[in-house]
Amino acid sequence: MSVQRSAFIFAWILLLPAVLYVLAIVAYPLVDTFILSFTDASLKKTTNWVGWVNYEKIFNGTFAEVIVRTFIWTFFSVAFKMVIGTFGATMLNAAVPGRSLFRLLTMPPWIVPMAIGIFMWGWMYNGQFGMISGVLQRFGLVDGPVAFLAYGSTAFWATIITDVWIGVPLVTIYFLAAIQSIPKDLYEAAWTDGAGRWYRFRRITLPLMVPAIITMSMLSLIATFNSFDIIWILTQGGPSGETTTMIIDTYQTAIGSKKYGEGAARAVLICIFLSLFCFAYFRVTRRLNPEKRA
Amino acid sequence: MSNAAMIDRYRWWEIILIYCGIALFLFFVLAPFFEGFMVSLKPLSQLFSSPYRFWPENGSLEAYRTMWISVPGFGRYIFNSFFISIIVTLIVLCLVIPAAYAFAKFEFKGMGILLGAFLTVNMFSGAVLLIPLFRLMRSMGVLNTYLAMIVPGVAFLIPSAIWLLRTYMIRIPQELNEAAYMDGASHFYTLRRVILPIAMPGIIVVAITTFIGAYAQQFIFALTFNSKTEYMPLPVGLFAYFGKQEVIWNELMAASFVGIAPAMVVIFFLQRYLVGGLTAGAVKQ
Repeated sequence: MSVQRSAFIFAWILLLPAVLYVLAIVAYPLVDTFILSFTDASLKKTTNWVGWVNYEKIFNGTFAEVIVRTFIWTFFSVAFKMVIGTFGATMLNAAVPGRSLFRLLTMPPWIVPMAIGIFMWGWMYNGQFGMISGVLQRFGLVDGPVAFLAYGSTAFWATIITDVWIGVPLVTIYFLAAIQSIPKDLYEAAWTDGAGRWYRFRRITLPLMVPAIITMSMLSLIATFNSFDIIWILTQGGPSGETTTMIIDTYQTAIGSKKYGEGAARAVLICIFLSLFCFAYFRVTRRLNPEKRA
Repeated sequence: MSNAAMIDRYRWWEIILIYCGIALFLFFVLAPFFEGFMVSLKPLSQLFSSPYRFWPENGSLEAYRTMWISVPGFGRYIFNSFFISIIVTLIVLCLVIPAAYAFAKFEFKGMGILLGAFLTVNMFSGAVLLIPLFRLMRSMGVLNTYLAMIVPGVAFLIPSAIWLLRTYMIRIPQELNEAAYMDGASHFYTLRRVILPIAMPGIIVVAITTFIGAYAQQFIFALTFNSKTEYMPLPVGLFAYFGKQEVIWNELMAASFVGIAPAMVVIFFLQRYLVGGLTAGAVKQ
């Protein structure tokens, strides 16, 4: 047996446990979802093949509306994350005393169990006694208490802001790393030519951050699209469905109403969108750094 | 060198602007924690008083004492959270260390695709797979046990752990392998005696991020696959409490802070490794 061959076998022995695990717990359920989506599976004992019925139901129902809402929700959440992340990274990159402490202080929303951060937002949004309503009233910006989670339009934005809050630390740290990898001599050359700070930011920092911003917005898009905990804890998709995204609707259908077949059809649709996003992500990152393997 | 020092020098008003910017940013990030902490210190009567005030008047730690009684099973939830996270982390490490080593040190056809496939797994949320996973867990008879939360939890933490550890292992010089191999050591011996000790800092980073991930993300699986209070991890336990008719907010916040304290302590001591390891992984990506 050649060295090459034994190395090949050894590599596969090392990979096998992880590969098998993921196949069993992710790949198999994925296939199962696809099959289930063509059946009327529910709590009943019998399961029948129903063809495209579940998919037809989706487009006859309110799901089309849910899809549009999901995209709007995702778009604004990702856009805010990018803007606030860029702002935060720029500020934290400045060489002022205390910056390592400030960098440390950005991390809590990311480290704390997500659900607990969301409980805190639940209180912030509380109409009678929460901080946001309280401060607005104190400054006379609103007349009475505002129960942000009780009305569709405010609940929609409230869930977006919480999602942004959870995503911002990772985006900021990633952007900070991107800024720091920009060669210093570029700044020096520009400075020697008399370029001001704002000019250097606009003409050097921002353009060289574009690959990082694109990569991060793709990753963030996928994560936001998948977001479940935030909406479920704050509103459970309410009031009257105005914060129901595709993931929430799928959960309500499949787990809440025990309509496994109909839920699976929704899940398949989500998978299709996610696959498109993943495909785009790999394409984009490969174009941004062509020397990268895989 | 001197130039670099000079362009980093700010005028006084720039420094003020930067501090204002940082304050604004940190306010957004920290406001919920500030507010949550203040609420946990306020006596119940003050929570519902108008007008709103930031600080508690005669704040007390009363809620931290009473919540042990009014959140039934609080100690149990904390224990469950830790227990589940530790087991998940151990399993992930056992699966990921060999795999990451294979991805870092061997090259053959199909490896790139496999690595890409692992990354794709990372992008699918558990929510999409809940129905078949539910059926799988039910047929395995593990619903309402710790396993129902551990088994799916592991799967979704494997990809990022492989990615992070691989980035770390690539940096170990290939010559070390070859030297050991020349001396007649087997592949397995080389991995165990040469690579593992050198990779230890990387493994520690992966262990910490996996633990935090397991601790932070145990919501949807626990919510769906387990309805028994004795196995609930903290987030779901508190959510069950949160869903009651009347939430005792100061106690909920006190319970939340006790729940996050261990994670905060760990981070505080290990943040240097963490930021280094994560940004290295992120930039490589």
